[in-house]
Amino acid sequence: MLPCPSSSRGKCKLLRLQELQTPPVSSKVFIQRDYTSGTICRFQTKFPSELENRVDKQQFEDTIQTLNNLYAEAEKLGGRSYLEGCLACLTAYTVFLCLETHYEKVLKKISRFIKDQNEKIYAPRGLLLTDPIERGLRVVEITIFEDRGVGSGR
Amino acid sequence: MKNDYQQIDPKTLPMPAPSHPPAPRGGDQEERQPQEQRRKARRKWQVFPGRNRFFCDGRIILARKSGVLPLTLGLILVTSGLFFVFDCPFLVQHLTMCVPVIGGVLFVFVLITLLQTTLTDPGILPRATPDEAADIEKQIDESRNGGYQSPPRTREVEINGQVVKLKYCPTCKMFRPPRTSHCRVCDNCVERFDHHCPWVGNCVGKRNYRFFYFFIVSLSFHTAFIFGCVTTHLALMIQEHETSFSHMDLELVVCFFSVWSIVGLSGFHTYLVASNRTTNEDIKGSWSGKSGGEPVTNPYSHRNICKNCCSILCGPMPPSLIDRRGFLPEDECVQTGDGGDIELPVLTTKNEINMVGKHPCLPLHPAV
Repeated sequence: MLPCPSSSRGKCKLLRLQELQTPPVSSKVFIQRDYTSGTICRFQTKFPSELENRVDKQQFEDTIQTLNNLYAEAEKLGGRSYLEGCLACLTAYTVFLCLETHYEKVLKKISRFIKDQNEKIYAPRGLLLTDPIERGLRVVEITIFEDRGVGSGR
Repeated sequence: MKNDYQQIDPKTLPMPAPSHPPAPRGGDQEERQPQEQRRKARRKWQVFPGRNRFFCDGRIILARKSGVLPLTLGLILVTSGLFFVFDCPFLVQHLTMCVPVIGGVLFVFVLITLLQTTLTDPGILPRATPDEAADIEKQIDESRNGGYQSPPRTREVEINGQVVKLKYCPTCKMFRPPRTSHCRVCDNCVERFDHHCPWVGNCVGKRNYRFFYFFIVSLSFHTAFIFGCVTTHLALMIQEHETSFSHMDLELVVCFFSVWSIVGLSGFHTYLVASNRTTNEDIKGSWSGKSGGEPVTNPYSHRNICKNCCSILCGPMPPSLIDRRGFLPEDECVQTGDGGDIELPVLTTKNEINMVGKHPCLPLHPAV
């Protein structure tokens, strides 16, 4: 093991402090997509065994179901989406340069929901939900932090 | 110990790659790195692993091989240019003012939809993170050990009553979602992959299929319109016993050959849209014939032509999943601790060095 050079002692201290404030990752659980209804964005609501001692099963299922409902709202085929599509077609799709699409608005809503869930339910239990958009809408990544009893997971 | 860190070059790492510079060669570099990290916050497009080119700081995406896009643009511009310069003045005089107006509207629509098809992310799926890839590998190993004799690296799912096989993509390190295919030209998995079109120099997938469809339909109308106008111009000139129509030869030849091929292509894609199929599925015969004695049906079709058309052409515009302009997460490496900070080997023990391979910022598998 090499001695700590005097020039980097400050950084050594900083890192040790950061390690104390943010407990290291223990493991990650991935909630996969549910394709039984087609290619619409939907996640499996099956409760993973790794979370059994961490969070209430009903709470977890409610979170995933709410997420699924939000994505269904974003991808809903109806009057509003057809109107948006027709308007976009008539303007040769230049309208997308100025206006936010309905899908983008719902994605922001989803980000706020996940942040809220992390703050209220998951972070106090040493868990962290990652917004699925950061994983290409493929998985809901749940990070399980080691229970060191030092602060919250975030 | 120090040599293990020096061998890893972050520039060869797949996304997400650490934003901090390569392993240090001296102590003074460690002091510069925090400042360098703050200054050089890199965007995700700069470390994108696929074969794409980016412009305007990641706002515009293009396939690396532009194919025959310059030829497509050239043909459209030259033919339309000749039409507006030579045919329009004559036809305005002899027929109606509407000719250049209609021609102009069609020309603008064709150009815009072509550019939209070429410059839009077709629905590229970001590659799996190292943690995700490891989790999938673990599941594959578990299903093999369980004695289940399925073909290697496939997963079966039931979609609307139809069994569909999902294949594992060794490049992107994930099971491809349904209707996703890996484009060998662009080296990306693309959602609802239709085909890679060399004429537009891009893949046609979930996000730009509607642009592609409107491009070929509007181009059919535009080509047919120019062909009709040039033929009318020719007929009127013959009536007036005029013989100088050299520019019309080029227009007629281009339009004559284009009309048949583009109208045919538009017709084919209209059939695909109405039945909610992709070119890829149609070529492979995915939804025709039988499987295990049972006739296969397209599980994605809404069983209604109108609904199929509306959902594909007028449905909600899905977002781009690759977040090209997002910044790379600098602090991810520091937060995960345990040998994750390769600039400071002095903090590590032998055990922490063994953990390096499991660090989320570093790849578990060699970059493909």
